[in-house]
Amino acid sequence: MLEVKALEKSYGSRHAVRGVSFAVEKGTVLGFLGPNGAGKSTTMRMISGVLEPDSGDALVDGKSIISDRRAAQASLGYLPEGAPLYEDMTPPEFLRFLAEARALPLKSRRDAVDRAIADARILSVSHQRIGDLSKGYRRRVGLAGAILHDPPVLVLDEPTDGLDPNQKRAVRALIARMAPTKAIIISTHTLTEVPAMCHRAVLIDRGRIIADDTPARLARRSEDGTLESAFSRLTDQVEDENL
Amino acid sequence: MRQMSGFSSTYRRELGAYFATPMAYVFLAVFLLALGLFTWEAGRFFDTGVADLQPFFVWHPWLYMIFLPALAMRLWADEKASGTDELLLSLPIGIPGLVLGKLMAAWTVAAAGLLLTLPMWASVNFLGSPDNTAIALAYFVSLLMAGAYLSIGAAVSALTGSQVTSFVISVVIAFVFTAAGWPVVLSTVQSLLGTGFADIVARFSFITQFEGAQRGVLELRAVAYFLGFTATFVFLNCLWASRQRLG
Repeated sequence: MLEVKALEKSYGSRHAVRGVSFAVEKGTVLGFLGPNGAGKSTTMRMISGVLEPDSGDALVDGKSIISDRRAAQASLGYLPEGAPLYEDMTPPEFLRFLAEARALPLKSRRDAVDRAIADARILSVSHQRIGDLSKGYRRRVGLAGAILHDPPVLVLDEPTDGLDPNQKRAVRALIARMAPTKAIIISTHTLTEVPAMCHRAVLIDRGRIIADDTPARLARRSEDGTLESAFSRLTDQVEDENL
Repeated sequence: MRQMSGFSSTYRRELGAYFATPMAYVFLAVFLLALGLFTWEAGRFFDTGVADLQPFFVWHPWLYMIFLPALAMRLWADEKASGTDELLLSLPIGIPGLVLGKLMAAWTVAAAGLLLTLPMWASVNFLGSPDNTAIALAYFVSLLMAGAYLSIGAAVSALTGSQVTSFVISVVIAFVFTAAGWPVVLSTVQSLLGTGFADIVARFSFITQFEGAQRGVLELRAVAYFLGFTATFVFLNCLWASRQRLG
């Protein structure tokens, strides 16, 4: 469903992503973990066609993000970090804009907007301007935008970051509902939610993948059997190697 | 045609954004106020004793130079500030569609400003018998000229990513292309670099290109100039907006 092949990206002299490769099948939620500045967002931006990689490729439902960008982007739903939205619009207006921009067939646009509003549970705020919504609702409007066209691949950059526990639970429930039919990548800082939400965890540090396993097996790599300790141990190791 | 995907959605979104906030209303009110003030006070509209709109059109380049960069400065810089540029770039749409959709939305607001000056046209018809074809022509070329000014603002907005910087740079560029036809500038250029060079400078001036239309003469050269100028800046806008993909 999604195949990432040796993606590389540098910003000036800083090598942000170094040969990142992995594949995600339908029905899999992949947790993309790593410290700040590890290259998570850069990798996600490249997969979504927002950034051009220096080399490498990503195949979204078989379509190359380099040579067939628009077809690949049509099969992909992306929630950028911080869920940026047009604050002057109401959620339905925003979704209708996306539906038109994605050139969804005229007949199915209204259904797609209604379904996304229902799935993201934002009907109660649909008459309010996005700028007036709480962070949790804004995130859900962003998610509604990402799932509007029912894409087979979803790339969600920190979908639960900055939300309160209730809002996090609502977003996690939404992801769990979509999981069986899609390949989903989620980046997160909250390691405690990874075992509950993700089938697989890829740990990235300094632009390289340093672990790719199930959250349970990854946690067993630490002495106390927690994902936090495994995360610290593995990323510290990379730091030591780089000293 | 695939390059133009996203044009209509962007156009509608941008036009909605102008009117969803006080932006368009404030622009229209202040623009009309300034235009009225210059026409009546500085242009001495009633003292000319002639039923035409020359004292009105003569101020267009100067007011456009200030007002239209203000209208265009948000087009790309705002996307960058709010992070929605990332959202746009993740959509399966082409940069040219985005660029033209945004420019056309700003152009529509500028056209609305011109439309609201039509009572002035009606007034001169009430006061005398003006050459209405000449006035219609001047309106048409003025609208084309507005597109050229807006294209500067839109392109620079994509380049700088900051509204204030974009406004300042756009006004400077617009000033250069406006003032190039100003007699004070031309005589200085002429004395320094010779008549030939002064002629070339004048040819690139919005004021010079707009002069014919003010007199009611349709110069295809002027129409081609404004369209070509706009196309050039649309091209630069596409280039500068695409740069974002490179990181």
